[in-house]
Amino acid sequence: MTYHDVKANRREILASVSAAGLTLSFAVAPKANAEDAGLKPLNAYVRVAPNGVVTIMAKNPEVGQGVKTMLPMLIAEELDVEWSNVRVEQAGNDPKTFGRQFAGGSMATPIHWDELRRVGAVARAMMIQAAALAWNCGPGDCTTTPGNVVHKPSGKSRTYGSLAMACATITPPDPKSLTLKDPKAYRIIGKPMAQYDVAKIVTGQPLFGIDQRRPGMVYASIIKAPVFGAKVASADLAAAKGVKGVKTAFVIEGDPNGLFPQGMIGQGLLPSVAVVADSWWAAKKGREKLDVKWAEHPTSQQSSKGFAAQAKALAAGKGQRSARNDGDVDAALAGAATTVEANYFYPFLSHANLEPQNCTAEFKDGKLEIWAPTQNPEPGRQLCARTLGMKPDDITVHMVRGGGGFGRRLANDYMVEAAWISREVGAPVKLLWTREDDMQHDHYRPAGFHHFRGGVDAEGNIVALHDHFVTFGTAAAAVSSAGMPGSEFPAMFVPNLRYEISAIPLGIPTGPLRAPGSNALAFVFQSFIDELAHAAKADPLAFQIKLLGDKPVVGTAPASYGAARMVGVLKAVGEMSGWANRGRLPKGEGMGVACYLSHLGYFAEVAHVAVAADGAIKVKKVWVAADVGRQIINPHGALNQVQGSVLDGLSEALHQQITIDAGRVEQNNFTDYQLMRISEAPAVEVKFVITDYSPTGLGEPALPPAIPALTNAIFAATGKRIRSLPIQTDMLKA
Amino acid sequence: MAYTLNVNGKALSADVDGDTPLLWTLRDTLGIVGPKYGCGVAACGACTVHVDGQPMRSCQIPTESVGKAKITTIEAMSTHAVGKKVQAAWMELDVAQCGYCQPGQIMSATALLAKTPKPNDAQIDEAMNGNICRCATYTRIRAAIKRASGQKEA
Repeated sequence: MTYHDVKANRREILASVSAAGLTLSFAVAPKANAEDAGLKPLNAYVRVAPNGVVTIMAKNPEVGQGVKTMLPMLIAEELDVEWSNVRVEQAGNDPKTFGRQFAGGSMATPIHWDELRRVGAVARAMMIQAAALAWNCGPGDCTTTPGNVVHKPSGKSRTYGSLAMACATITPPDPKSLTLKDPKAYRIIGKPMAQYDVAKIVTGQPLFGIDQRRPGMVYASIIKAPVFGAKVASADLAAAKGVKGVKTAFVIEGDPNGLFPQGMIGQGLLPSVAVVADSWWAAKKGREKLDVKWAEHPTSQQSSKGFAAQAKALAAGKGQRSARNDGDVDAALAGAATTVEANYFYPFLSHANLEPQNCTAEFKDGKLEIWAPTQNPEPGRQLCARTLGMKPDDITVHMVRGGGGFGRRLANDYMVEAAWISREVGAPVKLLWTREDDMQHDHYRPAGFHHFRGGVDAEGNIVALHDHFVTFGTAAAAVSSAGMPGSEFPAMFVPNLRYEISAIPLGIPTGPLRAPGSNALAFVFQSFIDELAHAAKADPLAFQIKLLGDKPVVGTAPASYGAARMVGVLKAVGEMSGWANRGRLPKGEGMGVACYLSHLGYFAEVAHVAVAADGAIKVKKVWVAADVGRQIINPHGALNQVQGSVLDGLSEALHQQITIDAGRVEQNNFTDYQLMRISEAPAVEVKFVITDYSPTGLGEPALPPAIPALTNAIFAATGKRIRSLPIQTDMLKA
Repeated sequence: MAYTLNVNGKALSADVDGDTPLLWTLRDTLGIVGPKYGCGVAACGACTVHVDGQPMRSCQIPTESVGKAKITTIEAMSTHAVGKKVQAAWMELDVAQCGYCQPGQIMSATALLAKTPKPNDAQIDEAMNGNICRCATYTRIRAAIKRASGQKEA
């Protein structure tokens, strides 16, 4: 499948993963390493060496979200081994064995929580079976201690290592037949475990895509049109080829079908010019000597200013499409005690992975081998096969650690470029984009415009809400990550509610950025709800709780909303932050609250800010109450994800904006696209509220409410409402 | 032309153009890949190395200007009196997410502690502000510096 929209396709992914599921997972053996060479694995994920060392495969790509540690913890727990005896090995791209392998949508936990614990339980049952055969007893007479099978009547024991060979003849039991551990007995799950690769990270070992090296490897730099998809009109390559170290330079026509597969701009091989050299610096110097003229392109007149003007005109009319229409909004507004009308805007954003896009590819004898820091390897393999006219089976993709993902590496444009260049030059090649390439050829978080009207009755209930959302694409089909579901909160909680959608055609590639959709919609909806609370002269936190009502669950799956869970985290964050005492804050300081459900996680956050007379913003602290179910699998990683997500959200709100002029991105480096630095980072206090639901993921859901918590706090501190991002401190001057 | 560089206590020879930034000489010619490329304009700090003990952005240092200066990279921190304490604190607190910026962070933190053994928050901010962590692990970076310097982590 293509990655249209992580959020929208969550159910589809779940379905495809469970279909690929367990039976296949036991079919194929991982390659052995030196420690346990020659041993048959217990299953696709587990090998046990005679010395008791257990190797567990990490199936998904690691981009900093911690799955290389967390997923093997699930297996190790049920297998019953000491974590210190576990070696984790990164799996290759192998969907026949491992099902869908990707990093996106905070899906690793919900998809694997049950499945991978059962993988461990199966391996443990096989160990018990092997011991029972050896002892000529029933498996019921046996139990395990970490790394050992124990014969209960006699107390004798065998190590897993001594049983590993015998396991080769054991038929694995049906995973569903096994009883999993009582959580009270957990020895690994729920314990803070450092990232498996922590020692390699702090000593600078070659872990990342950019660190890959092949014998005889050459280096490539690639230039693409600043207007997305514009073709090469002419290219003078002579000067580039004359640069010392440059081996060749050539035009890549690009694949017209690859350009817009499934309507997604820039996912394929774009028209470009490649320079290949014996070092990357030489390739870059050669690239700077290129004289390339780009053809005219239909989107070369697009601009951020033009989008704003079109959005204004569209917002003045009726929406092109209705996404929801409950009750009678106009009548309810007419009868409301208080009404508010407001326009909101959020900009395009870049992912700005610190490791620029790169890929190493080796085309040899009709086969292609790829080392890619991708979040989404199989679609990359399929893209390469399609573009190069190869069979997918002739392409191998190795997943190497990515220096940040955030959704950017769900696309595989860098992969197909490296593959193409390697075939063209007949040598292994490492393609590395410059920072400027990376910022100007992203798949951006789409900008958006919202025109809101809302009404509150005399008792402080929201009686009407109307949003005319002007997005990009067509009214029927927004571009990637630019859609809004009709179930968007507070739908189902407000009796008279209308969502209308209009769209502006777009020539800029878009794609999922951490918490896609939610990272924008939380800002506008949670800000506007805060506006309504203030208009009703209500406590914003109490207003949110009142809005959520007293039904535990509202709506039906997949659009159901656990209102009681959200109330739970709102109350928790109120207590943590001392919300009730916020009136004692000095002048120029304020607290704001926001909550949001995304990626199955319920989050409520309070920000405390101080705004100086010159408009400078200091975020003093953020409190987070999170409900992701009954179990935090790795508290170390979980806390890091939540704190990082909150700061990521603040960074977006305070600084980040991609603007378009003449069809091109105007920003090109961290000098004009600022990321938060340590001096701006507040303390983030986190509480996990434990509820009896299946555990869900943490890569994303802490981000969305951080932004409106901040902007609502700024309103509390200054009386000035932030309706446009990034925050302009000029408008906050006293 | 060939330059002889003093890197991590060894004399290493690199045949590169003199204007090649030290970062690329280290990474592509000498195979020392701990220093990372992030921006190429000294805006992110991922390429930080020590030049005679001072933290510098290796993407901005032409190889021809290095001369006899002692270059130290993350690869040598395990044997550096302060560096190994910083690495230990980074591991104990599990600072990293993606980890890409962390070699640069550790080089900046080590240089800070070598000069200022007990830095306060303002001193940490000043020394570390040139190092971007895109995953925003700043809470733990601050705590790890405090721990490595034997101070309360707050």
